Parts: sequence; C-alpha cells; structure tokens
Amino acid sequence: MAETDQDKLRGYRGRARARLEELGVKVWSDVRLVNSAGSVFEGVILPRSGTFDDLHIVLKLKNGYNVGIHIDRVDSVEEVGYKEAVYKIPEKEFPSRPDLPKVTLLGTGGTIASRLDYRTGAVIPAFTPGELYGAVPELADICNLTTKKIFGVFSENMGWPEYEILAENIGREINAGADGIVVGHGTDTMGHTAAVLSFMVQNSPVPIVLVGSQRSSDRPSSDAALNLIHAVRTAAWADTAEVQICMFGPTSDSYALLHRGTRCRKMHSSYRSTFRTVGDIPLCIVEDDDFKYLTNDYLRRDPEREVMVDTAHDDRVTILYYYPGMKPDLVDALVEKGYRGIVIAGTGLGHVNSPLYPALERAISNGVHIVMTVQTLWGFAQMYVYDTGRDLLDIGVVPLDNMLPETALMKLGWVLGHTDDHSEVLAMMRKPINREITEREPHNGYLILQGGLPETDEFISSHWK
Amino acid sequence: MSHTIDYAEVGLKVGLEVHQQLLTDKKMFCQCPAGLYTDKHDGSILRHMRPTLSELGEYDGTALMEFKTRKNIIYLLHTSNVCTYEMDDTPPFLVNPQAIDIAIEQCLMLGCDIVDEVHIARKQYLDGSIPTGFQRTAIVGVNGRLPFRDRELGITQVSVEEDSCREVSDRGHLIVWRTDRLGMPLIETVTDPDLRTPEEVEEAILLIGRVCRSTGHVRVGLGASRQDVNVSVRGGRRVEIKGVPKAGWAPALVHGEAVRQVNLLALRDELHRRGFRQTSDLAIEHRDVTKSLAGSFLEALSQTSWERYVDDGGRRSELERGAGSFCIRAIRLIGLAGTLGWPAQPDRAFADELRGRVRVIATLDQAPILLHSEDWPVGTEGELESLREELGCAAGDGVVVVWGAEEDTLTAAEEIRLRYADAIDGIPHETRQPFEDGSTDFERILPGPDRMYPDTDSPPQRITRERVDALRAPLPEPPWSREERYSSAGVPTPVIHYLIRRGGARLVDLVVEECAADLRRACFFFGERAKGLRREGVPVDTVPDAGWCDLFQLFSRYPATWHAWRDLVDWLAANPTADLQTETEVAGFGHPPEDWQDTVADLAGDTAPIGDDKRLGHQRYVMGLAMDELRGRVPASDVEALILDLVTAQLESKAR
Repeated sequence: MAETDQDKLRGYRGRARARLEELGVKVWSDVRLVNSAGSVFEGVILPRSGTFDDLHIVLKLKNGYNVGIHIDRVDSVEEVGYKEAVYKIPEKEFPSRPDLPKVTLLGTGGTIASRLDYRTGAVIPAFTPGELYGAVPELADICNLTTKKIFGVFSENMGWPEYEILAENIGREINAGADGIVVGHGTDTMGHTAAVLSFMVQNSPVPIVLVGSQRSSDRPSSDAALNLIHAVRTAAWADTAEVQICMFGPTSDSYALLHRGTRCRKMHSSYRSTFRTVGDIPLCIVEDDDFKYLTNDYLRRDPEREVMVDTAHDDRVTILYYYPGMKPDLVDALVEKGYRGIVIAGTGLGHVNSPLYPALERAISNGVHIVMTVQTLWGFAQMYVYDTGRDLLDIGVVPLDNMLPETALMKLGWVLGHTDDHSEVLAMMRKPINREITEREPHNGYLILQGGLPETDEFISSHWK
Repeated sequence: MSHTIDYAEVGLKVGLEVHQQLLTDKKMFCQCPAGLYTDKHDGSILRHMRPTLSELGEYDGTALMEFKTRKNIIYLLHTSNVCTYEMDDTPPFLVNPQAIDIAIEQCLMLGCDIVDEVHIARKQYLDGSIPTGFQRTAIVGVNGRLPFRDRELGITQVSVEEDSCREVSDRGHLIVWRTDRLGMPLIETVTDPDLRTPEEVEEAILLIGRVCRSTGHVRVGLGASRQDVNVSVRGGRRVEIKGVPKAGWAPALVHGEAVRQVNLLALRDELHRRGFRQTSDLAIEHRDVTKSLAGSFLEALSQTSWERYVDDGGRRSELERGAGSFCIRAIRLIGLAGTLGWPAQPDRAFADELRGRVRVIATLDQAPILLHSEDWPVGTEGELESLREELGCAAGDGVVVVWGAEEDTLTAAEEIRLRYADAIDGIPHETRQPFEDGSTDFERILPGPDRMYPDTDSPPQRITRERVDALRAPLPEPPWSREERYSSAGVPTPVIHYLIRRGGARLVDLVVEECAADLRRACFFFGERAKGLRREGVPVDTVPDAGWCDLFQLFSRYPATWHAWRDLVDWLAANPTADLQTETEVAGFGHPPEDWQDTVADLAGDTAPIGDDKRLGHQRYVMGLAMDELRGRVPASDVEALILDLVTAQLESKAR
C-alpha cells in the first residue's frame, strides 16, 4: 500500500481503498454516487486523511460541502469527469524599486503564508516572492524582497542542526548586502530559536526578525499577513539591529511588538498576542507607519559593522523542570546518558529538594555543568536567601539570575560548543551577550493584569484587547 | 403594490434556507452557555478580514469584493457569554454531540437521509459576522421530502452550523458586531426551488417551522429562526433575500424581487438595443469636481455637512473615515441617459441599485448616497447644467455624483461601472437585505461554492446507523398527520398550529393516551386556556408532565373537577412538585359534600323572585353563589338542575 503523491487513491486504505478500486474511481474523480437510500451525491472524490478510518469515501459536493459516505451504503458510482485541484496562490512578479531596502526572508516552515493539504489537513507554505506578493501585495511598498526556503519543518522539529544552518544563512545574506533579515518560523519554538540566534549571530549590522502566525494564513482572520508586513517593515526600516521577535501586541489587528530574542517567551497556546517580553519591556511598538521605540538600550543599525557568526554548539544539554518529590535517579540517569549540561528550572528563588543534593554533587564531580533558573519565569534566582539555596551554591550549582530557562538551555548548548572547562563555562554563562541576564528588573517588567479587578476591567474596556 | 405580474408567466422559482437555532445547553464548538444574550460588553477587539484561497485554488468573488471595502471590524465581548473561542484566539473544541443529535432528529423529521460521516467545513464570510472569517458548517442530512399542498416539497439538504454575530452598527469603514449569539448551534434547511407563488413561500416557511418545533428541541422566540429566500424568474438569476425574520414578510419580498428581475431583464434588453453588449462597450468617465461644486446650493455636497456626518458617528470616527480628503466626483455615463430612472423593484429605480453598491462597497453612506441626472434636486438644475458642460456631456449621457473621502469616491465610480456591466448581463447574483415594507437593498455579491473548504481543526464525526435509529425511535408524530388527527376532532387550525409550534401538542397526546382525556378538550386546554394563563404570567411551563397527567386523571375520574380547572392549574403551577392527588383528596375535590343540596337550598332562600321575567337572573345569581362553594365537588349540571327545581317550586307555591 505504497502511498505517494502520485497515488490515485491518496489517503484511502483497507476496505475503503478496496471498494474504490472495485468501483473503478479515484481521487479527483467527478462522480454521481447513489447510496442505498437512493440519495444522489454529485461531486469530486477527495483524498482522505491517512489518520481517518477506512470505512468512508469523502466527496466534495457541488455546493462546496464535504460529506463522508460509508462504503457499504454505496450503491453505484458513475464517473462523469476528473477535476484535480491545483494548489496555487496567484503569483505575480514581485516589483523591484531601487529606492527601497533589500530584505531577505528565510523560510523554516510554519504558517506565515500557506495553502491547505488535504491528506494531513496541514498547511503547505507558500513562499516565493511572487506567491507572497499575490497574497500580501503591501510588501512591495516596503522593500525589495528575496526569499530563501531553508527548511519546511514545524517549529517543534527545529533543533541544533537547523540552528546552525539558519545562522550561517543569516550571516551569508547579511554579508551579501541585505538591509534586514526576516525569518519565517513556527511560533511554538520561536523563542528558543530567537535565543540561540542571539548567541550564534552577534554584532549584526541590520535587524534580524523572527515572525510567524497564531492563526494560519488559510483563514481570513489570520494574523499572518499583518505580522509579515510588520516584520518586513522592521527588517527594512527599523533601527534595532538585534535578533528580535515581531508579533502581535494585542490580539486586535493593531500594532506589533519587537521583543529581544533572549527575553521573549510564548505565553499562550493560541492567542495572537502570545509573545511577551519577560522581566523587561519590549524594544519597540511597530505601528502602520511608525516605530515607537520604548528604550534607547539596543544595538543600532550600522551597515559598517561586521556580523559575527559562531555556530559551535553541543546538543548534550537539557532542562530539568523541578517538581516536589523529584527523585535523584533522574539526575543520575542524565549523567549516565552523557548529558554535559543541565539547566534546572527550580522553584521560587531557585530551589530543589535536599534528596537531590548528592545526585547533583555526583553530576558536578563528573564534569557536568549545572545552572539554576526559576520556573516562575519572572524574577531572579537568589540562592543565598535561604539555606537550601546556599547548600546548592556550595555543591556548585550556579545561579543564572533572571535568565529564562529556555534561553539558558540554548546558551549552555552554545557555550559547551566552545569550552568544557567548568570555570570558563560558568563565566560565559554568567556574562550576558545580549541581556539574557539583566542587572535591574524595572517595575513594569512584571505585569500580568489580573482580570476581574475593577481597575483592570476599566483598562480593558478602554483599550483594544 | 404598483406592479402586478403573472408569476407562472415570468417563471417564478423560489427556494428556502430556513435557519433554526437548536435548544442545547452549550454552544457548538466551545463550552459557553447557549442562549445567554447581553446588551453590554466588557471588552472589544479590532480585526480585519483578508480573502484566502479556497480548497480548489481560487479566490471567491465575494471575498474579493468584501476586501475592497476595507472594513474595520469591532467585536464586542462579554465574559458571561463568550470565551477565547469566539474571539478566534482558541481553536474549536470537539463539536457538541447534543447539537449533532438534535440536528439528526430534525433531519429525520424532515424525511432526510442522514450522511454517514459529518465533515465540518469552513464557509467564508468576510463581512466580519464571524471573527474567524468563516462559519463552521456541516451537512447532516440530504434528500428529504415534506407533504406540501397537493404535492411534495423537496429538502435538498440540512446542515448544522454555528450562528453568527449580531450587527450593532455599520457606518463608513467601521462595522460593529456583538458576539453573544456567535457559536449558537443552528440548522439550515435548504429546500428545492419548488415554490411558485409568494403565498406558497409563506406557507412553506410556516410548515418547516412547525416540523422543526414539533420535537421541542429547538429554540423559539425572537431571532431563533430566520430564513433566506432565494428568488429567480425565467432568464434571471438566483437572488438571496437574507435573514427574513417573519414568514409574513415573505410574500411582499418575493413579489418585489420578481418585479425587480423582470424590470432588470427589460433594462438588459434596452442596453443591448443601444449597442451595449459587453463590458468593454461601456464608456464611463469620472472626474473630481470638488472645486467647481464648492459653492453648491446642495446641502449634501458641502464639505462641512460631510464632516459633521462623519463626526456624528461618535467616538470612533477615525475608524469610519476613508482615505483621502473630501472629494466630489462626477461620473459621466456615455449613452446611458434614461437608465438611471429605469424601474427596478416596485417604487425604486435603477439608480437605487447603484446606491446599494456604492453604500456597501465604497462605504459612502451619507444620504442620499448619490445624486443623478434623472432625479436632480429641484431648484438646482443650473448646477447640473454646468456639470454636464464640464464633463462634456451629450444629450444621451447620464450623470451621477458621489461624495466623501477621495479613495472611496474612486471605488464608487468603479462600482457604478461594474453595476452597469452586470446590467448588460441581466441579474447579478446578489444577497439582499429585506425590509418590512417588502423592499430590499444590496448586501453583498452572492458567494459561490469556492468559499468552502474543510475545517482542519475538527475531525469528521461518524454517524452510525445505530445512533440514527436510537434517535428515530422517540420522534414525535409529523405535524401533518397530527394536524389531520386534531382537525377531525373539530379543533381549528390556528389552535393546532399553536400547539405544534409551542410544544403543547406533546402534552395533548400525553394526556389523551395516559389519562383517557378527550382530544378536543385537551387541545383547547393546552392551546387556549394554558396559553391565556401563560400570558397572565401563571408559570404553567413549570408544571411537569406528571402534574398534567394527575390533573387529567382527576378530570376523568371526577368530571365535576373540570369546572375547577383554573384553581387546580394555579395550584399546580405554584406547587409543581407536590402531589395533586393527595391535595385534592384533602380538599374533597370530586366528592360532593353530603349536605350539598341543603347548601343550595339555603342559598336559593325562601323567597322566589317576583314574576317569571326575573327568574333567569335569580337562577344565575344563585348558581354563582353555589358554584363558589361546590366547584370541583358537584357537577355544575347537578347544581343547575337542583336550582331549577327549587325556584320552580317556589314560584309554584307563590302562584298558589
């Protein structure tokens, strides 16, 4: 039952496949089907998702609806035509204007521009400048766009090999004269990629902007087009020459926020305004026709600056998300399996239970580098406050202050690509490259408005959510 | 009505799409409570819609049209009735099985074949009525039949879908929607285009309504059912009159649309006669005449009046205003003189067709939306003359003037050209908005099948034959057979329809079957008496089935209790869970007091009225007093007979 794109019965298996073969029709056949109740269905046989059962044939009826018909209830089928769907976004030549900056869009997958795939129900990225121009013509007023598809993976399938290739590509495009880089990326691990790129690509002369969408672009309400417009405008025109995430500020179609790559996290599984700068404020508000910088504290665009790409890394790193009752054998197992670095996401100010101490000690004496972050996300690991923290410091667990756990993981992997010397590793971990640790937490760096409070509700009723 | 036409001669064809909300506890794709409406909001979001590719790889025409309007869309939210699903910030949860069950039940009532696997599709709506930009919808049944007059009305399909938002306002580039109704499950019943007269349309709407309501599992009340009426005449095209709230509106709307299509077909012939056979034959020019009309006597054309109009929109006028500064644009329609005043729907002209497009698509909505050379305001003919001169008009040319934000006037000029292009072709596929006076106005281009694609967020739902059979077993009798049964017992049709619509028929059949109640009496009881009590505010709907059964058993056992129905129902409504039998026994209902004849004799008194002419009044007076004491215990006929005897005896003794 080999299944290829050429398969005439794509997605059908078992009994349904046998029945279709017997009936002599295939996917995309335009048919007149009569069932055992005498009902007539006229439409095109669609491919079926391979994960669905093998008892039904899916028809797209003339009125656009789909129905599934049980194979045992099919009385007769007459093929009256054949209508293979052509997936095509209207493609127009992307106009070139000498007065506009050059932006390169690097594709990694995700749903920034896409079309549907029947078999899996997935969305296939649409990506060439021509396709993008057909879907989001506004881009042509912003820049001259070049696109390069590097991978086509969901963001959960991104990993160290991909980070390396992506960083190298960014470096090449910058050296080739791009005025800004946009990286199309699935949102799930966008924060991880932004963090690791912050270490692998340093001193960029131009903005490096990660963007995605929370509602796929195959729906009219998608945030994809506006996100793409905001990101491309940032790459082309903004002054922030850092690795940053550009996504919706509020859930309304309004403005985007630029978040620093080392301090940003996806905070909701599905909201549009899911990305938030944690422990600090965002860099900038991107409006329709303006950038409102919220801080002076960022690397300025400077075409003269030389980008530094350094992709060395070691993937033998992990996050240990501490929970009450965690057993020490978990730490032992990680050491045994050869992990070189462990980021603990500890409770409160950076704590784990005492039964873990001997295991941590063993790990450290085996040369494993163990650092401490906080699972509260906001706030600092301050291990000298309580005895438990002081004990961990004595063992050699190193606090990373207010570095986010995921950022710490990415940095530890990157650092271990450079040295295995314990004190060097720890020194590099504690020395910020781009504010993954900040000295000061501003009071407005922690704001989670509590719904239901009169003052919050008053704010919400007078501002776009 | 100003126009009479022979519907058979013009080949009138009408089909229906009847929408009916289902009585579920929760919404269709999330756990929000169903049927909880609010007129306040505690949050709002701003969105826009972009057209997307359909499954078969093309943009839908409607989608493109709606994108042209560039609407700012505001959704009003209230925490009591919407969650992040309605905001399109959370994917759908699994479809509500209760909604699917009720939809299957409805399909079975409508004689449909139930599909084996329900596939949820997305039907695009870019007007903003649904925040996702599409409605989740799925066919549940096909190929139904309903007895109608002396024939059958075909049911093409029944789909189950989520309801849309309620429109709050629509001005300029801003449309505001309330989200409370969004996501309520409903079914859409699509009939074959089998209806031939406006009256048949009304009748069919009412019939489908009775079928739906006879299960008691659908919502009733304002907005719970609405219908789209699809109308065409021979040579015309299907036009959808959308959201007709009452069956009674249908005849005038259908008539008006038939007249409109006949007139527009005549206009098409006239355009062909003048040599306009394809779009490229049209020569339509336009220019900015803001300066030349700066001192116009026409109030509508002054910039200050327009500014005032835009600002009047309230606190969000910046979202209503289009791009560019105030502009008056004159459009020269070469060789099209006489077409602007061409009749369209009754009491409307072709210029009103242009107005609809300009209002909706160019979002220029300041009345009267446009001015034109065939209905120019009296007293300012000079301005028209100088305009004609400026445009270089010949006698055979028409002139239209629009005003507003510059970009919008350009869109308007283009829309006017496109509407004439449609006129050359005949009847455009349109969705039209109905009004109570029987008129309609343009709402949008009718979407085609291109706007449908599968909902990848929702897995298909298998419907087994076992599930269908289990739902079929307890179905109520179809309304037409019930109607026949009740009607032959002598119950008038309005009472029967009321019983079927409001669920009383189920109780009628229950008490007839379980308590040997008289069918006719039960019909009047639930169709008239209970209805009256409900109006008075007696909570009759809180009485459980068992309560009604007890009541009718009491009536059967002790016929005297029938006269105390009002007291008994009041008591039942006030004590819905108490035991009627015990209560009535304590109160002695049905059992005549031993000395009841003495009681009556005491009330009748010793003195008979003077003369035969006063006799009847006296008897009635005594009867009233007696029944107050004996109602529910002694049959009224026995009391009446006794009084008659007593009074007769008194009169006789007096005569002696």
